[in-house]
Amino acid sequence: MPFDNAYEALADAHDDARWAYGTGFADPLASVPADVPDGVSRPELARLCVALGDDALVMSHRLQQWCTNAPELEDEVALANIGLDLLGQARWLYTRAGAVDGTGRSEDDFAFLRSESEFLNVRLVELPNGDFAELVARLLVFSTWRLAVLTRLVSYVDPVVAAIAAKGVKEVTYHRDYAARWCVRLGDGTAYSRERMRAGLDTVWPFVWELFDRAEPDLRVEFDEVLGRVLSAATLAVPTVADRADVLGKVGRDGVHTEAMGYLIADLQSVARANPGAVW
Amino acid sequence: MSALTVAETVVDPELPMLTLADLGVLRSVDESAEGVVVTLTPTYLGCPALETMRADLVRALASAGYADVEVRTALHPAWSSDWISPAGKAKLAEAGIAPPGPAPRGPIPLTLTAPASNVACPRCASTRTEILSEFGSTACKALVRCRDCGEPFERVKEI
Repeated sequence: MPFDNAYEALADAHDDARWAYGTGFADPLASVPADVPDGVSRPELARLCVALGDDALVMSHRLQQWCTNAPELEDEVALANIGLDLLGQARWLYTRAGAVDGTGRSEDDFAFLRSESEFLNVRLVELPNGDFAELVARLLVFSTWRLAVLTRLVSYVDPVVAAIAAKGVKEVTYHRDYAARWCVRLGDGTAYSRERMRAGLDTVWPFVWELFDRAEPDLRVEFDEVLGRVLSAATLAVPTVADRADVLGKVGRDGVHTEAMGYLIADLQSVARANPGAVW
Repeated sequence: MSALTVAETVVDPELPMLTLADLGVLRSVDESAEGVVVTLTPTYLGCPALETMRADLVRALASAGYADVEVRTALHPAWSSDWISPAGKAKLAEAGIAPPGPAPRGPIPLTLTAPASNVACPRCASTRTEILSEFGSTACKALVRCRDCGEPFERVKEI
């Protein structure tokens, strides 16, 4: 690099090819046809993409907040990698949503210019970060569920969603293994680590039912089977805490969120909103 | 030089010992009267190198006289580490990065124990190696350590 130090490199405004991320993203689906197979409802397809994209973006945001806080360097790298994988999934899904819903919105529009009630993510992913065991519990639940969902979408009627799912399956497999191994290590560890892991599961469990709201029953069967194996290896019981209620019949998928979501959106969007059109 | 020959010389921004062709992400290069259409595939959906690859391809082709270049992204079929060419695998090993073995197929297992390391240390060739982390400096690599020479090294993941 033609720079004396890293700060000079950061200040250089003439070589945007090196900047893969930041605002002003390039369209990752550039030149991919935007047509939709016959018989597919564009609004429904777009809604599916937004919902799955929002789950990924918000979970990625919570993982990014772990940066510099992980217990070990390897976990620091692992959490950043998982967050990056999910951010990538969100970008492709948003781009597909904007291409098929007729609005032509970009991935930036979806991430930075929607209000809280337009986000369709499940409430599980938006919860404030707790300790590392809570993160492990959340990631275990999230990745087990998402892997089951993506596996089914590999044969989905829309070829772009099917292709995103096929790639996502490979990525989320690693996420699930990572969380599952940590769950076993903490649960079947010392009395202290075991208690923290149990408490972490109790924190996220009230939001598990929502993942399967309006879903095919076999999804829950698969989820329970995998969680049962992990918890059994971790010598932990399935939590028995009460479900977190919906709000007048509405949940995250309807745009109804917990208090944490407003703060999360502010954190996520403030720079983009304060500097419209800014790129770096 | 043909557009294909030029495109095949472009290297990966994160694994610069490999060309995009070696890595298996360069899917096709079509030259016609209207211009050149290059099709790329990402290794991982969040791979931040994709935009850089696209820019590097356009730049390389432009300096070879191809002004009208379109770079398309294809997701299907999903990239597999099996697509890294034999020459690419040899270059990885030379650079101290263990190349991937055959990618797994079929149903996805839940792995609750630390995965066995089946790779040889690129420095001392010992097979007594252990996986430190399934996540490395880039999305496509894992971190491994040799239990004989003690050196940590990276391995391209099998997907």
